[in-house]
Amino acid sequence: MNEMTPLDVTAIPPLALEGVGFAHRGQPLLHPVDLRLEGCRRTLVMGPNGAGKSLLMRLAHGLLVPTGGHVRWEGRLPRQAMVFQRPVLLRRSALANLTYVLAINGTPRRHRQPLAREALERFGLAALEARPARVLSGGEQQRLALARAWLAAPEVLFLDEPTAALDPAAIKAVEDAVLDFHRRGTRVVMTSHDLHQARRLADDVVFLCGGRLLEHTSATDFFTAPASREARAFIRGELVW
Amino acid sequence: MPDDANAFQTALALILGLDPDLIGIVALSLQVSLSAVLIAALIALPLGAAIALWRFPGRGVLIVVLNALMGLPPVVAGLAVYLLLSRAGPLGELGLLFTPGAMVIAQVILVLPIIAALTRQQVEELHGDYREQLTSLGVSRARRIPTLLWDARFGLATVMLAGFGRASAEVGAVMIVGGNIDGVTRVMTTAIVLETSKGDLPLALGLGIVLLGLVALVNAAAHLIGESARRRLG
Repeated sequence: MNEMTPLDVTAIPPLALEGVGFAHRGQPLLHPVDLRLEGCRRTLVMGPNGAGKSLLMRLAHGLLVPTGGHVRWEGRLPRQAMVFQRPVLLRRSALANLTYVLAINGTPRRHRQPLAREALERFGLAALEARPARVLSGGEQQRLALARAWLAAPEVLFLDEPTAALDPAAIKAVEDAVLDFHRRGTRVVMTSHDLHQARRLADDVVFLCGGRLLEHTSATDFFTAPASREARAFIRGELVW
Repeated sequence: MPDDANAFQTALALILGLDPDLIGIVALSLQVSLSAVLIAALIALPLGAAIALWRFPGRGVLIVVLNALMGLPPVVAGLAVYLLLSRAGPLGELGLLFTPGAMVIAQVILVLPIIAALTRQQVEELHGDYREQLTSLGVSRARRIPTLLWDARFGLATVMLAGFGRASAEVGAVMIVGGNIDGVTRVMTTAIVLETSKGDLPLALGLGIVLLGLVALVNAAAHLIGESARRRLG
């Protein structure tokens, strides 16, 4: 399952957010959201800074418990992984970072190193396996985080602004990796505020602004005929209020 | 003060001549304090990490108590162990009083709160950075203890050296439970007290110099470990 064996796409349970909201000290940060994500699609969560994109990802992935509503996986809990804007890597070698997750998910010891090497190879990190993960460059760290997610063979992959701090070459590598995941049969949910990136990657778009979900449409519709005033302004590159 | 100058020269001669009395005392000191730090660390590292990771009623009180115990006067720790181990005490049967074993126990009590409290602090801070990632990876709380201890290893090495510093420098506890018996329970600090009061300044001074050197060495090691870790591992 760690090679390119496609996952059974129809079997990925749909994710339903039902009136999911989040408030901190009485201050609503995310107003109740109804959202359903299914199949093996690439969903881009877009919106200006502070729109609640990262919050929505954390609620969907289960890192935060909503203060209102329910996050429901229909049927069963799928294998999930998340890649963060700033990857948190362990203070050990690149290879050891990967064998660590394999140990966590119960892979027998003798399989760990070969699988980890394979993943390093896939993400162009083979030459760096002995390097301490924390001294890799930003792009290399993010690729290592992707390799780590790859080993989890996730059915659903969340990415929170994975390219925000990277240079164009590193961004390309991350986007290629995202497409690789998708080809293997992983549902991709990714936040971005980069319109070009969204055009390259998105099947559909969730648009957030000011802690409210304003649109959830196909990418084509979103970019040609956005429904809300805020989304029109966002696409034109204007400041959104 | 010609006497002091002479004492200093004699002290140096004792050290450089590897005086057997002096060597024996230094060796016992190291043996007792290193054992104490090792035993304390085995308990305190996982304990501190567990307190950092779990939320339970009374946690705040426990943290305050641990922090307070970092300043536990050695004589009080010594007295407590003395009462436990004395003939009439609950553990008197073991016959440990006035043996190096009793000194190790007393120093474990002194060092354990330091290591546990500082470990709790460091692991909690590290976990702040790691929490989301570890949760996302599905790492159980129990499994996080070795993970976080390992990733905090350089900071924790410094913590253990701090513990060793306290153990090797204290005099009150080992004096009470060890009894400063020549050749059996006499360590550097108790020997310094005794020789000074007897007026044998060279030996006291020699031991003092060794003790100072040891403390300096420990601190240099702590510094080097920290620096090289930061450079290599980021």
